[in-house]
This record gives sequence, C-alpha cells and structure tokens, in this order.
Amino acid sequence: MTLSKRAAFTAVGIAMAAIAIIQLVPFYAATTTALKPRTDLSSQLLLPSDGIFWGNFETALTDGHIGRAILNSVIITGISTALVCLLGAMAAYPLARRRTRLNKGIFMGTLAIIMIPPLSILVPLYSFLNKLEAINTYWGIIAVMVTTELPLAIFLYASFMRTIPGSLEEAATVDGANIFQVLFRIVFPLLKPVTATVIILVGVRVWNEYALSVYILTDPAVQTIAPAIGSFFSTQSSNLGAAAAASLMAVAPVLIAYLFLQKYFMKGMVAGAEK
Amino acid sequence: MTQLLTRKVATAAPSGGRPRKSRRGGIINVFYLPALLLFAIFMVYPLISGIGLSFTNWNGYSADRAFVGVSNYLRLFEDAVFRTALLNTFIYGIGCTIIQQILGLGLALVLDRRIRGRGIARTIIYLPVLVSPVVMGTMYYLLFQFNNGMLNDFVIFFGGERVAWLSNSTAAVIIIVLINSLQFMGISMIIYLAGLQSIPSMYYEASTLDGATGWKQFIHITVPLLQPAFAASIVLNLIGGLKLFDVIKVLTGGGPGYSSHSVSTLIGVSYFDNQSAGYASAMGVVLFLIIIVFTLILNAALDRHRLEA
Repeated sequence: MTLSKRAAFTAVGIAMAAIAIIQLVPFYAATTTALKPRTDLSSQLLLPSDGIFWGNFETALTDGHIGRAILNSVIITGISTALVCLLGAMAAYPLARRRTRLNKGIFMGTLAIIMIPPLSILVPLYSFLNKLEAINTYWGIIAVMVTTELPLAIFLYASFMRTIPGSLEEAATVDGANIFQVLFRIVFPLLKPVTATVIILVGVRVWNEYALSVYILTDPAVQTIAPAIGSFFSTQSSNLGAAAAASLMAVAPVLIAYLFLQKYFMKGMVAGAEK
Repeated sequence: MTQLLTRKVATAAPSGGRPRKSRRGGIINVFYLPALLLFAIFMVYPLISGIGLSFTNWNGYSADRAFVGVSNYLRLFEDAVFRTALLNTFIYGIGCTIIQQILGLGLALVLDRRIRGRGIARTIIYLPVLVSPVVMGTMYYLLFQFNNGMLNDFVIFFGGERVAWLSNSTAAVIIIVLINSLQFMGISMIIYLAGLQSIPSMYYEASTLDGATGWKQFIHITVPLLQPAFAASIVLNLIGGLKLFDVIKVLTGGGPGYSSHSVSTLIGVSYFDNQSAGYASAMGVVLFLIIIVFTLILNAALDRHRLEA
C-alpha cells in the first residue's frame, strides 16, 4: 500500500470514529447527568465522582410516572402492532392476488395515505375523537395508530405475497376450503418472515410516536412514554437529572431489542424505505 | 408498427380468461374492508372535515362557528409568524435532506468496504434512528444548556464565553436541522448500502480493465445505478423534514419567540393555545399541500432523470 493511500485510509478511519462518537455523545451526557445528584455541578464529561446516585431514576418513576408510561406503551404498542399485522395482512391479500382496476386504485390510495402529515389533520381528528369521548383512552389512540401504520404494513405484505405463487391457495380451494380457511390456514403461515419486519417497523414507530399522542394522551394514567417524557421534561426543566433518567428508561427497551435483533431491524428498514 | 401491434396483443392475451375468474373470486375483497373502514373514519373524514373547518372561524370548543370564506388563508400570508414557520419548514425539509444524503452516502461508501470495525460503526450510526425524537431532543438539550452543558464546557476550555445556544433564533434552527440530520442519517446510510450491494462487481472490474478508476467509476457506474436508492432516500428524508415536529417541540418549543416553529408545531399552538381551530385547519391544509407538491415535483424530477440515465 502506498503512503498516500495509507494516509487516506487513516483519515477515513478517524472521520468514521468521530461520527460514531458524535452519535454516542448524547447518550453519554444523559448517563452522566442521570447518575449525579442535582447539586453535583461537575461537567457532563465526567463520570460521577462520589458514587452512583439513583435518586433521579426514583424521581422519574414517582413524579414522572415513567413506570406507568412504559406499561401504557407496552399495552398500546402491543395491541396496535398485533392489529396492524392482522388487518394489514388481510387487506394485502386481495390487493396482491386480484389486481383489478378497482384494487389497483385502492392500493395507490393506501400508499397516498402515508404522505398525510399527522399534524395536518390534528384539528378535525382531535375534535372528532373528542366527540367520540376517545381522548385519553386506550382505544382512541390505538385506533389512530392502527390507521396511520396500516398503509406501510399493507404495502409490505402485498409486496411479499406477490412473490409467493398462488398454486397452494388454488389447490386448497379445489379441496373445498372456503376463503377464510385459505387466508388463515394457507396464506398466513407463509407470512412469518415479512411479519417480523412489520412488527419491528410498526412497533418502533408506535413506541416512539409523539406528534398525535402528545395531544390525544394528556392524562398520566394512559400516557405513553414519548408524551410522558415530553411533559415531564417541560415541567421539570430545572431537574435535568430526572429528565435524563426518564429518557434512558424510555430508550432502554428499544435499544436492547435492537442489539439482539439488529439484522432484522436493518433489513426491515430497507424494506420499509423502498416503497 | 409491428412491434406496437404485437405488444398490444401480448397485453390483451392474459386478460382473456379474466371475467369469469373475477366474478367468482371477487368475494375475497371483503378482507380489505376493515382497513378501508379505518382509513375512511380516521383519515379521509378528518382530512375532508378539516378542509371544511378551514373556511370557518371556529375556536375549537364552542358550538357555533361561522363560514368566513377564504379569510383564514388570506390571513396566513399576512401573518409574519406563519411565514417564519413556513420558511423554517422548507429549511428543515431541504436542509435535512441535503445533509442526510451527503453523510448517508459518504458513510455507505466507506462502510461498504471490508474495513475493520465496520459492523460496530453501522450499529452505532443506525442506533439513534430507533430512539424517539422526544428523547433525542431531551438528551441534546443537556448538551446545549447554558450553565452545565457539555458544549459550553468545550467553549470555556478553549477560552470562550458561555453561549446561550438555544436563545438565538438562527442557531436554534440550525441546531434542529443538525440534530434531525444526525439522528436519521442512518436511514440514508442503510438505503445506500443496500443500493451499493446490488451493483454487480463485474461492472467495476470491466471498467478497471478499460482504464477507468476511482472518481470516473463513481460518476459513471455508482451514481447512475444508485438511482432507486437516491429516489427512496430523498423522498423519505424530505417528507420527514417537512413534517418535523417532535424535536422542535421538545428542544425549543418553537422559540425563542416563534422563530423556530415549523408549520406542524404552529398548528398545535394555534389550535390549543390560541384557540383558533379554523385558522389551524387552514395551516393543516397548507401543510398537506406542501407535502403533495414537493412529492410530485420530486417524483417528476427523479423520473426524468431516470429516463436520461
């Protein structure tokens, strides 16, 4: 290797390391801030000097209702993702198998829904949910989340179904299976790989959703993690240690899942992006 | 002409047996009815009633509202706060898209090579994509604080005075662009990596035999063949930037004053704080149109480019 090439390689290596470090700085600062008491004004660069302080996590759990928020997030994300998988796979089946003009139109319309920015329908959606008494309810936010995430799931399921031949379904029909048996017994079991992608993509998006839930969920009893952190942070802006602790607790479940299932996460992202 | 005819015949042929089949199989369309029902209730109906509300002076809670014609829309373009939010929305959309393409493509080109540590680099660069922007905004706030923020520690170390980063309008907008770009550059990186891996290596080998190297190969092989990746990444980042909400709300709350608001965050303020639901609906319609127009322009531009390539 020539000298200039080696120099270029070193430069690239340093740039890469710098970018990776920048990506980790916020997590580092949050960790050092969360582990120090409010009175400790040492730099965020430094780790706590006189022992780890857990008080910020306690404050976040008691005053910030972070424990409750994580539980709410688990419930809302779990139910929403399950419904998105079920309704998405169902809807994708006719759209992938029967490509009539009507169904092609419906498929394009579904994709167009992805473009609607959530805030552009905030006023009518909020007032409508208010009329239905769905504000601050699980079912209200779940209905909204399922609706906003369905188009992506339908797209992924339909693309996948087009790659599997329909001969199994035809054979089952010839043997006398009705359409429900064909869909639930024959088609659904074949969808496991794409379902993993849908669960990861939709699960992360619902877990992190903020733009609508900040308005729809204002009661701590039903609030998910993102709006809970947002409101805790805005009311406790002087108590940054507790805000940092709350943030770390909010990202922990997603990051742990990511580190174990990395391959699926990245594959899912590519699949989702290539719409 | 013959070619045209045969093509016509070819496309007509498979549909020959279709009518019989479609009458028998049409029943499976019932499976998309639940999804369509949800779209109709929670997307299409709000979208249409929002357009209706944008022509009223509704305050958001009272029973009475009056039709005011297009006056909300006229007011929008005289409203300095809205004009700032509109400009910021474009800055967030276009600024983030440009930075994310540069960083994402650069990182993908480096991490596509078999260098040591590329696995861990990919993991770390992609990691913030999974973090809620609310959490990201909170964490970055710690860095940008006036009194104990890490950034000011560096400023003081190098002999400067503490800077009130987020109290400066221009700085706040730039910081928001940078945070969002850094957080989501991993998406572009992954898309470009997938694109690079789909380019057959024989193209590079053949061009090397013909004497082409580095830059020439990049311009004549890599860029044209990355076309689908460019399209996917640019559209995704642009839409994401134009509807930016979370980070702004957490980091600056639209401040100082109203100077870092996007149209999205301003809609929330007009509706809930200023009780101008009709006016906020008009903003929502404008935001929706912005996204549609940008997507259409972009698709047209990318399509034309595809034909040339």
